[in-house]
Amino acid sequence: MKPVRLTGRAAIGLTRMIGRVTIFAGRGLARVGAHPSELARQMLHIGWLSLPVVGLTALFTGAALALQIHSGGERFQAGDVVPAIVAIGMARELGPVLGGLMVAARVASAIAAELGTMRVTEQIDALVTLSTDPIGWLVSPRLWAGVLCVPVLVGVGDIIGIMGGWIIGVQALGFNSTTYLANSWAYLESWDVVSGLIKGAFFGLIVALAGCWFGMRAGGGAAGVGRATTNAVVAASVGILAANFALTGLFF
Amino acid sequence: MLSVRGLSKTFGPKRVLDGVDLDLATGESLVVIGGSGTGKSVLLRCILGLETPDAGEILWRDRPLAEGRAEFMDEFGMLFQNAALFDSLPVWRNVAFRLLRQMPKARARDIAVEKLARVGLGPEVADLYPAELSGGMRKRAGLARAIAADPRVIFFDEPTTGLDPIRAATINELIRGIVDETGATAITITHDMSSVRAIADRVALLDRGRLRWQGTVAQMDTAQDDYLRDFIAGRARPMARGPALDLAPDPTLGRE
Repeated sequence: MKPVRLTGRAAIGLTRMIGRVTIFAGRGLARVGAHPSELARQMLHIGWLSLPVVGLTALFTGAALALQIHSGGERFQAGDVVPAIVAIGMARELGPVLGGLMVAARVASAIAAELGTMRVTEQIDALVTLSTDPIGWLVSPRLWAGVLCVPVLVGVGDIIGIMGGWIIGVQALGFNSTTYLANSWAYLESWDVVSGLIKGAFFGLIVALAGCWFGMRAGGGAAGVGRATTNAVVAASVGILAANFALTGLFF
Repeated sequence: MLSVRGLSKTFGPKRVLDGVDLDLATGESLVVIGGSGTGKSVLLRCILGLETPDAGEILWRDRPLAEGRAEFMDEFGMLFQNAALFDSLPVWRNVAFRLLRQMPKARARDIAVEKLARVGLGPEVADLYPAELSGGMRKRAGLARAIAADPRVIFFDEPTTGLDPIRAATINELIRGIVDETGATAITITHDMSSVRAIADRVALLDRGRLRWQGTVAQMDTAQDDYLRDFIAGRARPMARGPALDLAPDPTLGRE
């Protein structure tokens, strides 16, 4: 009976945890527009300041993908598919997933560290004593900034990734510039791009939610903040990969 | 004005508050003293709703505080142990945090600068960030934030911890002055007996989650309670006051 009991207990614990996180996210999202200036500040941090890392990731990924597809495609005389595969691969999969993972590394850790430090230095208690709901002031702007900014980052990443493939295609693989670009757009459907942007919105929510959830629950001084930061990055990264699988199954 | 009735709180197996009763009159300054881990901070956190008590109730103006907490918070200010200033905001925005929701930015800033001046900080501090301030300046800025909206109730959580004696005396004077000027009701928790003498109208000693003694500062000095006398004098006691330890000097020490 013991393994059954342990499995049951774990399942109940997991369900309870999912319920708590869902309620936490719901409360955060429901406070939309409570503090517009904070939302703008978080959009700057999460969106604008993530642009370099997402852009560079997309550029190198698109370039590497072009090399790989060309090399692999040559085995069955399909080297010409490079532009289309790079465009579809970036828009559907690599743009959102790698962009999301880079934002997770940069943003989930920063949110968890900031909120965790605020928790252990009583700044969150201070908010309560100043008649300010910490969920509305701290959590809601970060969740909405994640939901709104990451799709934009994914869109920009898609373009830069395709440009990375184009640079390699034209400079190293002997493609004609105009033909490469024409083939990129010819096989790309709007749903390829839109599905990637929708994924980006989910990934943005997952990243901000992981940072806020672990940050708001940090305790135990500097070590507790360190644990919260690690847990936030791990949870955000695994969450993105799991959600990507689920959304890909749902969309295609 | 503020009453605590039978307040109890347990964390796991540890009973931190065990039926605490307290009454505060309007304009009274109560200082709660007690050793580390005796439940002083938990008492404040329960009153503020940051912890949920297991039993007991808190009354404010003869009504359960839970029913009028938003109203209470609107008339409340608090100085935290480490000031708890918001790192991402300049000092004036910290001080004017509550005011910015109630009035135009320029007016809120003027009041913030005025409150900073009240605690001895010049206008040049207003645009600095908390990380640029010394410990004493942070405490003062925290005090300015606590009084920014002219609260009727103020809590001071270990206001002099980490300060040198001169800065601690300055903070004590400021607190006493503010309480006298504003007529606010105040609860201070501290270990610092100089704070007790400077700030208190009444002193309450919390011991193992219970209110062990309370009275005026003059009564405190003549009280017969052993623990209180040791606390005031700063004399060592056996930890947890279990079986008595022999604290007599070791006769072998100091011999060549």
